[in-house]
Amino acid sequence: MIKTVDLKKTFTGRGQTVYAVDGVTVNVEPGEVVVVIGPSGSGKSTFLRCLNGLETLTSGHIVIDGVDLAHRKTDLNQVRREVGMVFQQFNLFPHKKVIENIVLAQMTVRKRDRAEAEEKARMLLEKVGIAEKEQEYPSRLSGGQQQRVAIARALAMDPKIMLFDEPTSALDPEMVGEVLDVMKNLAREGMTMVVVTHEMGFAREVADRVLFMDQGKLVEEGTPEHFFTEPREDRTKLFLKQVL
Amino acid sequence: MTIAILFLLTASLWVATKKIDYTWRWNRIPQYFFYHAETFETIPFDGQILTISSLHGVSTVTYESESNEKFTTKVETESLRVSEGEELFEDDNIGSNREWKAGPLTMGLLMTLWLSAAASFFGLIIGLVTGLCRVSKNPTLRSLSSFYVEVIRGTPLLVQIFIFYFFLGTVLDIGRLVAGISALAIFAGAYVAEIIRAGIQSVPKGQTEAARSLGMTATQNMMHIVLPQALKRVLPPLAGQFISLIKDSSLVSVIAITDLTKSGREVITSTFATFEIWFTVALLYLLLTSVLSQLIAWVERRLAVSD
Repeated sequence: MIKTVDLKKTFTGRGQTVYAVDGVTVNVEPGEVVVVIGPSGSGKSTFLRCLNGLETLTSGHIVIDGVDLAHRKTDLNQVRREVGMVFQQFNLFPHKKVIENIVLAQMTVRKRDRAEAEEKARMLLEKVGIAEKEQEYPSRLSGGQQQRVAIARALAMDPKIMLFDEPTSALDPEMVGEVLDVMKNLAREGMTMVVVTHEMGFAREVADRVLFMDQGKLVEEGTPEHFFTEPREDRTKLFLKQVL
Repeated sequence: MTIAILFLLTASLWVATKKIDYTWRWNRIPQYFFYHAETFETIPFDGQILTISSLHGVSTVTYESESNEKFTTKVETESLRVSEGEELFEDDNIGSNREWKAGPLTMGLLMTLWLSAAASFFGLIIGLVTGLCRVSKNPTLRSLSSFYVEVIRGTPLLVQIFIFYFFLGTVLDIGRLVAGISALAIFAGAYVAEIIRAGIQSVPKGQTEAARSLGMTATQNMMHIVLPQALKRVLPPLAGQFISLIKDSSLVSVIAITDLTKSGREVITSTFATFEIWFTVALLYLLLTSVLSQLIAWVERRLAVSD
């Protein structure tokens, strides 16, 4: 489903070159839930943003569902509609009501008519458990509710892959659970997911595979059992000791 | 307290004008807004009045020429100068009609309103397009638009108006009104462009990222996500810009467009009521600008529902 080959992304500034993502090669199968963890600044978010073209890669290849993002003729918009993304800061459209947030892209990108788009939006709001808020503006919702709307908005495009960029990091602790529950349901339904998170509990419970990144490099990957019980690398051990 | 201070100021101004022996003639002002115009009806040939019938203060006069053709004309009964059977010579007065006509100050106000409305409309369009060019990825569009903004902001409006009228007006053969409106619109457009650019850049990057990650194109993102939010944010500075456009429109009087300022000057030449007229003109500008700022405040309140 997702294949990256020797993916590199560098940022240049003030005469310095920073390797944000440094030669990452991963293969994500359909229906697989991959959790990416690592210390801050390790390039996990940049890696995730490369996967739907929000960052242009410096070198290497990303193949999503058979389409190479690095290829000149690839229409990124075509790829992006198949790849949903959920952000740390929710990024709901503040000038539109909740239902309009979900309807807009369906109508402009998927060319659905309003009735169909609204029906889909209501169904998804029901699914994430906030059907009663459809006529509110995002600013009236709590963080957890906003993030669930953001998930519904991404799902409305019927994506084949969902990317989550630290979806619970900006939430108050008591709201983390409601968002994680929605994500767990999604995983159970067989959605292909790549999740950058600091929620070790989520990683242990839901992930099929855990990737550990540090300084732009993929240090270790494996099943959650392997990862949390008997990590090979010293850096992984050190990180786990700090967070657990 | 505020009222007391304002009262004191007015009083001292009044005393000051007393000292220079200025006679205030406020009563002469209203006729320059509206006046009763009297038009005289005359008989176009030698003839005789046949009948006069009066109804609701209007008299219908029927008269006959020497070749027995009949004509009727209506005049106000009060002004009737003839009686039935009377013989008249060509161009003799039958009576007159009076009607209210807009005076020079009203016409000037309307002209200023029309000038500013047209210039605001085109200025907004020019500013929107230029603002979008300023944030575009295309380097040619970017540098062309910033060149335009720099040139317009760096030269006085008065000089621009002269260039538009004397140079472009002659070369392209456009009238003074078109020259005036385009000078104002292009002047306002440069400032509006900067306001729009600032507004677009103030919308968080995450909004664009969210829109693009849903598969929206750059244009769809701009139309549906960024511009609506940007315009809401820039409404207050935009209001300020259009208010100063109304005031700046007084400069077009130098190319002989009879706007409010020029009408004021013309009225002064016939009344010598310099003080009264300029105060009146100032009040009229104040009226226009405060209506506009109320209007924009209303729009702002309506858009605030999503906050």
